Amino acid sequence: MRLTLGRREALWAYLFLAIPLAFFLYFRLFPAFQALWLSLFEWHADPSARRFVGLAHYHQLLEDAVFRRALLNTFLYTLLGVPAQIFLGLALALLLQRTPIARDFFRAVYFAPYVTPAVAVAWVWSWMLSPHFGLVNEVLVLLGLPPQPFLQSPSQALPTVTWVVVWQNLGFQIVLFLAGLESIPRQYYEAARIDGAEGWRLFRHITWPLLNPVLVFSAVIGTIGYLQLFTQVVNLNFTDQGGPLNSTLTLALYIYQLAFLRFQLGYAAAVTAVLFALILLVTLIQLKLLTRRVEL
Amino acid sequence: MVLPFVWMVLTSLKPFPEIFQLRFFPQEPTLDNYRQVLRETGFLRWFWNSLLVATITTLSVLFFDSLAGYALARLRFPGKDLVFLLILSTLMVPTEMLVIPWYVMSAEKGWINTYWGLLFPGLMTAFGVFLMRQFFLTLPQDLFDAARMDGLSEFGVFWRIGFPLVRPALAALGIFTFLGNWNAFLWPLIVIQTPDMRTLPVGIALFSGEAGTAWNLIMAASSLAVLPVLLVFFFFQRQIIEGVVLTGVKG
Amino acid sequence: MLKRLLLAGLFLSISLGLAQTVTITYWQYDFKSKVEAINELIRRFEAQNPGIKVVHQTFPYDAYQQKVAAAIPAGQGPDVVNLYYGWAPTWVKAGYLVPLPEGWTKELDQEFVSMVQAAKVGGKFYGMPTAVRSLALFYNKDLFRQAGFANPPRTWEEFIAIGQKLTVKQGGRLVQIGYGVAPDGQDHHLVREVLVRQFGGRPYSEDGRRVLYLSEAGVRTLSFYTDWVRKHEIGVPGFFPGNNGYRDGFIAGKIGMIIDGSFAIGTIQQGARFDWGVAELPVERPGGRKANFGSFWMHGLTPLATGPKREAALKFLAFITSEEAQRYWLEKVGELPARKALIRDPKLSLHPVYGPFILSLGYAKATPFVDESAQRKVMVDAINRVLLQGMDPAQSLKLAAEEEQKILDLFWR
Repeated sequence: MRLTLGRREALWAYLFLAIPLAFFLYFRLFPAFQALWLSLFEWHADPSARRFVGLAHYHQLLEDAVFRRALLNTFLYTLLGVPAQIFLGLALALLLQRTPIARDFFRAVYFAPYVTPAVAVAWVWSWMLSPHFGLVNEVLVLLGLPPQPFLQSPSQALPTVTWVVVWQNLGFQIVLFLAGLESIPRQYYEAARIDGAEGWRLFRHITWPLLNPVLVFSAVIGTIGYLQLFTQVVNLNFTDQGGPLNSTLTLALYIYQLAFLRFQLGYAAAVTAVLFALILLVTLIQLKLLTRRVEL
Repeated sequence: MVLPFVWMVLTSLKPFPEIFQLRFFPQEPTLDNYRQVLRETGFLRWFWNSLLVATITTLSVLFFDSLAGYALARLRFPGKDLVFLLILSTLMVPTEMLVIPWYVMSAEKGWINTYWGLLFPGLMTAFGVFLMRQFFLTLPQDLFDAARMDGLSEFGVFWRIGFPLVRPALAALGIFTFLGNWNAFLWPLIVIQTPDMRTLPVGIALFSGEAGTAWNLIMAASSLAVLPVLLVFFFFQRQIIEGVVLTGVKG
Repeated sequence: MLKRLLLAGLFLSISLGLAQTVTITYWQYDFKSKVEAINELIRRFEAQNPGIKVVHQTFPYDAYQQKVAAAIPAGQGPDVVNLYYGWAPTWVKAGYLVPLPEGWTKELDQEFVSMVQAAKVGGKFYGMPTAVRSLALFYNKDLFRQAGFANPPRTWEEFIAIGQKLTVKQGGRLVQIGYGVAPDGQDHHLVREVLVRQFGGRPYSEDGRRVLYLSEAGVRTLSFYTDWVRKHEIGVPGFFPGNNGYRDGFIAGKIGMIIDGSFAIGTIQQGARFDWGVAELPVERPGGRKANFGSFWMHGLTPLATGPKREAALKFLAFITSEEAQRYWLEKVGELPARKALIRDPKLSLHPVYGPFILSLGYAKATPFVDESAQRKVMVDAINRVLLQGMDPAQSLKLAAEEEQKILDLFWR
C-alpha cells in the first residue's frame, strides 16, 4: 500500500514537529497550566495546607486598583512601543541598506544598546535623565526649555521608560528588517525597474508586501513582548519599582511582586491568567488582521 | 546611540570613590576593577558557564526551531493552525510564573544546580519557530517542487534547499537567542545553588547589596561580558549582509 | 579471626560515626565580610560539634527572596535561613518558617535589645539576630564648616536652618542641597517610626493590627516632613541619580546631610573623600522625645529542618547569636551586636561613628510589618502624592491609612 502524496507530506510534518511539540508540551504548556491552576488556591509552601478558594482571587482582582493601573500601563506601553519600534526599525534598516560606506560600523553602533547589559543601560539612562545632573536636561536648558523630571514624574515616567525600551530594541528590529529586506530576491526589483517603477512605488508594491511576514512577526512578537514588559521597568526605578505612584507598573512586574516579594502565588497566578488571556486575544486578532498571503 | 556603551567602559576604569563624581572621563584611570573582577571573583567560571549554556541553546534553537518552522510554513497537514497556535501560546505565560513549576520539576528529577537544569528551558523557543515560519513563507513554492521532483527526501529538501535560503533569519535568530541566554537572570538564579555553577548575570548581581552597588565592578564585569556577544553579532551579521541569491528558479 | 573481628569493629564504629554526621544548610545574601564571617563561625562551630556539618550558600541580595520563594516548597532550601525581620510574618503565613523553641523566649526577651520583639509573630519568636541596625544623621563636616556650622543639629529647627544654608542654586538650578530627601530610601521609616512618635503619636496599635498614624500627630508629621521640600526648600527627592541617589549624592559631596542606616557606614567610608560625621537623629525640642527605627536581619528555622537536622540547626542558631559570635561579628563585619550586654560597652558608645547608633538602640523600635513590600509602598506613595502631585497631607495620609489597614486586615483575617 503506497501512501498518497498528501499523507506522506503530513507524516513528514509530524516527524519534523515531533520533538519540538513534545518539548513545548512538557516544558512549557504543562508547567503553564500548573501555574494557572494555582490561581484557584490559597498558596502555602506545604502543599497539604493549600486551600481551594475557587474564583476568590479573580473577585479580588476586580477591586484591585493597583491591578487596574498595571493593566492600563501595560496597554499604554504596547500602544506606544510597538508602532514606534517598527517604524524606526524599518526606517533605519532601509537607510542602512542604502549606505554602502562603513555599513558594518553603523550596524554595530545601532546594535550596541541591544547588547549592553540591562543594568548598565538603566544606570546610564537614569543619569542622563536626571532632573538636576542629566545630560538631557542640560541640552533642554541650553535650548531655553525648562528641565523635565522624566523618571521622577508620575506622568512622564511611562513614556520615558517606553523610550528606553524602544531605544534598546532598535538594534534587533534593524537586524530583523535587514534580514527581511535582504531576503527579497533582487530579481523582483529588477523586473519592476524594467517595467519603469522606482523609489516609492518600488517600496509600496515590492518591498512592503514582501516584508509582510517579517512585519507580522515584529508586530506580534513586539506586542507579546511589551505586554510582558518587566526588566527595564524594574531597573529604571529600582528603589520604587513600578515607578512613582505605580505609574510605570506592568502586569508582569505586579505578578513578580505578588509571587516573590509578597509570597501570594495564588493571587499572582490569577493575574497571570488574565495576562495570558489578554495576550492570546490580541495575538489572534493581530494574526487575523495583519497576515497577507502574497501571490507572485 | 553608543553613549551608554562608552559610559559603561569609562566607568569600569574608575576607582570606587570616583563613580560618585559626575565627570565623564576618569580622573585616575585604573585597571584595578578588572583585576579585582578577574582575580577575586568567580568571573572566569561564570563566563565559562554562560558561554556553554548560551552556545548549546543557540545551536539547538537554530536547528529545531527551523525544522518546526519549515513544517508549519511549507507542509500541508491536518491540525496545522492548531499546532501553530499551540506553540505560539507558549509565549504568553511570563517566565516569572513558569519558574516555580520548573523548579519543582527540577527538584524531583535532580536537575537542580546542573547544566541540564540551566539548559532545558531554552532549548527550543516559540519565538524562533514563529520567526523561521515567517521566513520560510517568503520562499517561492517552485523551488521546493523542483527539489522534490529531483528526488530529494523531505528532510533533504529542508536541509539542502530551505535551510540555506533562510540564512538571514537564522542569523537574526542566532543573535537574539544567544543574547537572550547570555543575559538570562531569573531562572539561572533559581536553579543554581553553588558558586561554581553561577552564570554571568547572577554573578554580576552579587556586586550590589543593601549597602549600595559597586558600579565600578559591575561595569568592568559587564564590559567583559559584552565581548562574546559582540563577536557573535559580527559573525552572524555577515550572514545577513550576504543576503540571498536565488538560482534556478525558472520553471 | 581476631583480625576480622577488629576490622568489623572498626568498620561498624566508622559507619556509626559517619551515620551520626548531620548536614544542615545555611542561606544568606552575598556580602563579602558577612560571607567570610559566617565561614569562620562555621569553622569554629564544626570544631566544637564534630557530628555536624554546615553547608553555607549565598545569593545576590536583590534576588534573595525569589530564591527562597522557589526553593522551600520544592523541599530544596535551607534549614537555617537569614532573612530581614520585616519579611517574617509573610513567610510564616506562607509556611516558610517554623517557631523557635518556647524555652528560648526568656533569653530573647531579656538579653536581646528591645527591637528584637519584632521577630515575634502571633506571640512566638521566629528568628534571632546576630546584629542590629538603626538610623542616624550623617553630615558633611567640610560643608558645615564652610557654611559656619561647628556642630550637627540637635533639634529639627536647627536641622532646617542648616539645610537651608547648605542648599545652593546656580543659574536657577540646584547644585547642592542641605538634606537628601529620599521617600524610597530611609525617609519612609523616618516618617512612620520616628517623627510620628516624636510628635506624640504612634504608628500602630500594640498588637500591630491597627493603623494609628491617622491622628493629629500623624498629619502634623507628614506636613512637617513634606514642608522640608515644599516650604523650607532644604532638598528635593531624586536630586542625585542612581538607585540610592541620596547616599551617592552625599558621598559625592553634593548633599549636606542624610539620614541613613548603620549598614551604610562601609560604603560611605570607602567612597567619601571629605570629612564626615555621625549624630543622633534630631528631636522636636531640647529634651524632647527620642525615637528611632531599628531593623535587623535574623536567622530563622525552616520546615525542612526535621529530626536530627532540627537539633543541629538549633545548636548552630544558638552558636551564631552567642556573645562571642556577636563580638566577632562587630569586629569583622562592623555591625552592631544584638545583645544588651555588649552594647553597654562604654568604648562603643563613645565611638565617633558607632556611638550615635549604639545610643539609639536603647529606644529604637522595629516596625511590625506583615507585608513589608506593600506597606513600604503605602508610605512612599503617601509622601509622593504630596510631593509630586501637590495633594494635601491630611488627605494623602487618610488614603495611606485606608490602604494599609486593608493590607493588615487581609493578613490577619
